[in-house]
Amino acid sequence: MKFMKKFAEFAPSGWHLVGMAKGKDLAAPAVGRAAHEKPFSALESGLDESGLDKFGLAETPLDQTLDDALANFRLSIHAWSEAAGNRQRPLLAASPQRRLGRLAVGWALGCVLAAGGVSSGVWEHHQHEARIAAARVAEYERQVAEQRAQRNREEEENLMAKVDSDVSQEVPTAMQPLAQLMIEDQTQNQTRNQTQDRTQ
Amino acid sequence: MAAGTALEQMSMARTEESFSDEFSTLVTRHRPQIFRFLLSSTRDIDLAETLTQDCFLKAHRNWSSFRGESTAMTWLMRIAINLQKDHWRSRRMQFWRQTQTHAVDLEVAGEWLPSGERSAEQQLLARERVGQVGKAVEGLSERQRTVFLLRYVEEMELSEIAGATGLNEGTVKAHLSRALAKVRAKLGGKR
Repeated sequence: MKFMKKFAEFAPSGWHLVGMAKGKDLAAPAVGRAAHEKPFSALESGLDESGLDKFGLAETPLDQTLDDALANFRLSIHAWSEAAGNRQRPLLAASPQRRLGRLAVGWALGCVLAAGGVSSGVWEHHQHEARIAAARVAEYERQVAEQRAQRNREEEENLMAKVDSDVSQEVPTAMQPLAQLMIEDQTQNQTRNQTQDRTQ
Repeated sequence: MAAGTALEQMSMARTEESFSDEFSTLVTRHRPQIFRFLLSSTRDIDLAETLTQDCFLKAHRNWSSFRGESTAMTWLMRIAINLQKDHWRSRRMQFWRQTQTHAVDLEVAGEWLPSGERSAEQQLLARERVGQVGKAVEGLSERQRTVFLLRYVEEMELSEIAGATGLNEGTVKAHLSRALAKVRAKLGGKR
């Protein structure tokens, strides 16, 4: 209030400080402000505590422009706010078409999920079965291979045994002349020795 | 004892009813102003509506603690300003959640200007100037903009603005002065 009083002293004659009587420091823009009332912007824009206009803009043609622009800005915002406040808001839940659409989408999604779940289960089951079958086949093949190897081993052993026995039977007969010669040689040696003993 | 309990219950019911009536009146009276401030501040209709709802929800929860030290409007405006601050702060923090905002430029505020009894030329000029003011307001700092809008759109007194923003009157004046200087510069005046 103090600086407003000071300002009143500085202000040109004819200026009216809006709201001062009601204890208001500064006046806000008012649509339809009386023509004799001075622009509020000039009062509050450049005032410092000393009440001087530090921007040097008091009572310039721009103040009227600024005043009008601010008042129009206020009017615009009020009109916008009113229009926005009264706008029709779509009630999503109240629309039967939207509800039906959402229901259909929900069902479709549910079906897709169920089908996906079932098919993935079936696929997984098939995979499991295939894995078991493959393991069984591999086991069977391994056993067959093992049996075959065993059989081969046995056959080989039998063959070797047969060869051994054949050789053991054949070799004495084949060595018979040599054995006979050795026996004869021994017999001759013994006879010679006996004859010498008798002569002595 | 039973009669006393019944009386107490009736009295409580009446108190609740009067509280409900009181709050309902408060909402009816002040909702447009709160919504308007939030709309001009956020420039987003949906966000302004949400914040207005939040504001009254918060007010309803704390209505019993309102001691009447300031006017109900100032109290509500303070809640609205704090909610708005919280909103921007959370947006800044969660920068990765840069959701698409529906904020419009205040530059087009002139489109809502009622035609009144002006000529087409005057109307065009007025709209252009409103657009310039809107653009200037967009360029203000958060605090300057809040003070500016409370003053020039909501026509609040400096003491009320001080009460609503939690600043002292001197600071409010300083912010207002700077904001006005920027708007003036935008309109073609010298700084």
